[in-house]
Amino acid sequence: MSIDPLEGIDAPEAVALLEMMLRIRRFEEHCVELYSAAKIRGFLHLYVGEEAVAAGIAAHLRPDDAVVATYRDHGHAIAKGVGMRAVMAEMFAKVTGCSRGRGGSMHLFDAATRFYGGNAIVGGGLPVAAGLALAEQWNGTDAVAVCCFGEGAVAEGEWHETMNLASLWNLPVLFACENNLYAMGTALARSEAEVDLVAKANSYGMTAWSVDGMDVAAVRAATGRALTSMRAGGGPVFLELRTYRFRAHSMYDPDRYRDKSEIESWKQRDPITHWRALLEERGILGEGAFDEMDRAVEAEVDDAIAFAEESELEPVSELTRWVYSDGSTAVASASAAPVKGGAL
Amino acid sequence: MKLDYRAALRDGLRHALINEPRAFLMGEDVGAYGGCFAVSLGLLEELGENKVRDTPLSESAFVGAGIGAAMGGLRPIVEIMTVNFSLLALDQIMNNAATLLHMSGGQFAVPLVIRMTTGAGRQLAAQHSHSLEGWYAHIPGLRIVAPATVADARGMLWTALADPDPVLIFEHAALFGITDDLPEELEPVDLDRAAVRRPGTDITIVTYGSGLHRSLEAAEVLPGEGISAEVIDLRTLRPLDSDTYLESVARTHRALVVEEGWRTGGIGAEVAAQIGEEAFWDLDAPVGRLATAEVPIPYAQHLEAAALVQADDVVAAVRAVVG
Ligand SMILES: Cc1ncc(C[n+]2csc(CCOP(=O)(O)OP(=O)(O)O)c2C)c(N)n1
Repeated sequence: MSIDPLEGIDAPEAVALLEMMLRIRRFEEHCVELYSAAKIRGFLHLYVGEEAVAAGIAAHLRPDDAVVATYRDHGHAIAKGVGMRAVMAEMFAKVTGCSRGRGGSMHLFDAATRFYGGNAIVGGGLPVAAGLALAEQWNGTDAVAVCCFGEGAVAEGEWHETMNLASLWNLPVLFACENNLYAMGTALARSEAEVDLVAKANSYGMTAWSVDGMDVAAVRAATGRALTSMRAGGGPVFLELRTYRFRAHSMYDPDRYRDKSEIESWKQRDPITHWRALLEERGILGEGAFDEMDRAVEAEVDDAIAFAEESELEPVSELTRWVYSDGSTAVASASAAPVKGGAL
Repeated sequence: MKLDYRAALRDGLRHALINEPRAFLMGEDVGAYGGCFAVSLGLLEELGENKVRDTPLSESAFVGAGIGAAMGGLRPIVEIMTVNFSLLALDQIMNNAATLLHMSGGQFAVPLVIRMTTGAGRQLAAQHSHSLEGWYAHIPGLRIVAPATVADARGMLWTALADPDPVLIFEHAALFGITDDLPEELEPVDLDRAAVRRPGTDITIVTYGSGLHRSLEAAEVLPGEGISAEVIDLRTLRPLDSDTYLESVARTHRALVVEEGWRTGGIGAEVAAQIGEEAFWDLDAPVGRLATAEVPIPYAQHLEAAALVQADDVVAAVRAVVG
């Protein structure tokens, strides 16, 4: 018995999922060109092929949910609602960038959408996500923290420590493990004695499922199930999202460690192609609708690039600003007023 | 009220947890055990599991969770048993706590306090005795403080908790027994200012933590040789309050730096370099430096004592500088 992929998804949402994936795809494709043109520098890790993961998860996220991602973070930022202009300007190292040009591609941040980076230390974002979840639990909200990371991170001590802590304290963290089979050039089986990631998560007493990460409906459904449980106090959930990156690890990677045929076979499962075909088959997407969507998306990316081009660089006089707080940063706090006025 | 250093730390911690509704303590054995130095003894029973949280042996996870919780609106006080174990959380401290505000373009402050013990003197050998606060003071984005007195042990936490940025408090393991009589009405501790602990006219001794006590002992006997030493307690190793010691050196024309960290690249090197850069023409003699011998701290009592700066060493170094 197969479940209808459109179950629970109305036509506007089905189209929105396609549009989100396409926005990420086109954004990334332009990044390649801009990198070759030396407009974008530093490390650049692309999300092409993995779009269904960010789009499917984001479908269930609310503005008050927090997201922590890795250096491969453009897709997550865009899906969480960070504006394309601010993301592109960040890569152009401009002051209008979402981190004012201090972070670049790997370190996108946005307080307004609760996007907590862009962490370039493998595993480094995991404990932070647990802490964000702890704050929500403490405050008695039903908001959650989502941590997206690659399967390479499960070898890090920080993953094991955080899985244990989150499970022990029943923290509302969604561990979204994007298993794209390779950590740089190292296939999972060449680095892990036990490659069953769900079993690993289960060993921490955590609910875990494996999901087809090339299928946006499957990611959306699994996330929905996880978040419903988490928002009701059910504790953390681990999702293994089986996906694939169509491009090399980063722009520096000559991609010597996998067969071209393997890449081609995964491209046959392109999440955008498949979702588009389904929506056309069901009549949700009419004749020419995709091309129209694509033109609008291209226009959005072009606008972001133009914005980034025109933006200013941060004045060097601001170099040391925000090493320490200068009063301009809203320090997160709901009711921090000391009870008794702070007398010692 | 008469308190020892440990009781002062406990009182300060209890006060902070009660008066700051967003504050909580987490760390290894802070609850049921009462803290590995008994600083939090009784607080779990009094304040409950939400305010006093025992964590697994996962320094990286609970320090990182402190960072996330701080960004999420809480005021975590994280206890790491000793600085030696903080190395397992170095990624979180360095790559996240110290970095996020700047790297996010000023969007995410991390109002986190991390307390840990530091220092040697109890024959615990090389994996329990190091003084790495000077090393942490190398990192922009952190505030590094070291209470050397009972009053600072009582008051530093409250000031640290109000700081919007990460503060690391280094409590010296060999000072838990020192006592003092504190007034009922306490003044807030100013973490921006070093403190002149003993005024003097012939030489400025710049120190902190355990070094303060060795320096004060030396300053007691030096008048017998006709030398009046001014002793300055840095209190905050980052950012350094250089005004206080430069002003002092301008009066005394001589300086000695005393620390428990290693000499090479230590905080004393930084202070001495600053005096060289900014007070060179005030100096009548080269700046003296005393630090721990460049060895992993050994177990044997005589070797450990030989590795550490003793009051006699301070006296000898002062003589050498004063000439
Ligand atoms: C602690 C740490 N070690 C090594 C690296 C270098 N590095 C960057 S990405 C990467 C591979 C990570 O793979 P995975 O977690 O599967 O994520 P993916 O890149 O596939 O999204 C490595 C080894 C790093 N950034 N951080």
